[in-house]
Amino acid sequence: MSSPESSEYKGTEAAPHGKARSTEWPLWEIFIRGQHGLSHRHVGSLHAADAEMAIKNARDVYTRRNEGVSIWAVEASAIAASSPEEKGALYEPANDKVYRHPTFFDIPDEVGAM
Amino acid sequence: MYAQMIKSTGKGIKSLDEMDPEERAFQERINAGGKIEPKDWMPDGYRKNLIRQIGQHAHSEIVGQLPEGNWITRAPTLERKAILLAKVQDEAGHGLYLYCAAETLGVTRDQMTRDLLSGKMKYSSIFNYPTLTWADMGAVGWLVDGAAIMNQVPLQRTSYGPYARAMVRICKEESFHQRQGFDIMMKMAKGTEAQRKMAQDALNRFWFPALMMFGPSDKDSVHSAQSMAWKIKMNTNDELRQKFVDETVPQAEYLGLTIPDETLKFNGETGHYDFAEPDWEEFFQVLKGNGPCNTERLAARNKAWDEGRWVREGLLAHAEKKRSRQMAAE
Repeated sequence: MSSPESSEYKGTEAAPHGKARSTEWPLWEIFIRGQHGLSHRHVGSLHAADAEMAIKNARDVYTRRNEGVSIWAVEASAIAASSPEEKGALYEPANDKVYRHPTFFDIPDEVGAM
Repeated sequence: MYAQMIKSTGKGIKSLDEMDPEERAFQERINAGGKIEPKDWMPDGYRKNLIRQIGQHAHSEIVGQLPEGNWITRAPTLERKAILLAKVQDEAGHGLYLYCAAETLGVTRDQMTRDLLSGKMKYSSIFNYPTLTWADMGAVGWLVDGAAIMNQVPLQRTSYGPYARAMVRICKEESFHQRQGFDIMMKMAKGTEAQRKMAQDALNRFWFPALMMFGPSDKDSVHSAQSMAWKIKMNTNDELRQKFVDETVPQAEYLGLTIPDETLKFNGETGHYDFAEPDWEEFFQVLKGNGPCNTERLAARNKAWDEGRWVREGLLAHAEKKRSRQMAAE
């Protein structure tokens, strides 16, 4: 079980280990909405046997100081993620469209704030 | 520090010109203050060093619960007990943030746990010292967490994104730990003569072990250069140790306690305190497993792991049963 954040490691030290690994609880990615109406934000991950436990554990690990008013727990294996190699193809189309930013347009001072 | 004696796997630092294009781009990104994220290309040595360093740091947080957990049932008041419980719970949380950062490098939690329990992976030498009196709770918060903060604040800028983010969370909470420790010390140092003696005794026992937390002297710290080039270590051991001494001496003076070092003296020329180095032979012995509590600490972790096994397996079996019932119903 690995996070969408995780990278593959082929070193000998961390080679997969059969028996121990089969009892490891699944990994959950935790998202928390803070007090001030912002979106849920990724805060980290944790292991839990099921969704209910993931939310309880997230409460204990990530909201000990009132950091949140809502928790999402998503099993890490269910997340689709873009990969760094796609960076060019995914984001390049936006690079030559500077006119999408308001600062592209010069508005004369006498017009005032816009 | 919490990660002492990280052996680098690199063979000395390469110059940019000696690197292949991939590694050069990686190093240039670090030099420019950029962050490395889990799926980005990274040299094997960087990954291995980070797994060891973050893993060792995480293990230190987890084992670090033991010396303080020792006093939860005997805290002098209900308020102190609640505070200590919250602090020990934070340490568990810090361990979990760090394990989760290490896991993004591809190592599993079970693997790290196994390596801790077998003694293959280390944790900070400081947690192999016993906590003999209530004043030790003050000394640990004040000195041990104080020393940890010195190291962790700069690590918020470390090059590996998940590690840096874990550090930001940890640093926010660590300040509570140091202050609650100093608060205990203030109470004890300004209390009865017996309490003052206990406070002095705790300082006597924890001063040098706290200095050891920063790791060996720079002249004996052969692996630092690569880690600093990779920005997974931000300051040298001696720099941080000096900073810790400079900040702590006036605090001890405020408490009216004496730091157990007769050579300690403010040096007007350097603007820093001169101080005695800890006994490095003792440090290496503790790292090797021969400290006062090494056996006890590892035994406690192994016991928790072995005796918790039926819980881990039972909950997993329960979750699987629930899932298959749900699927059958759908």
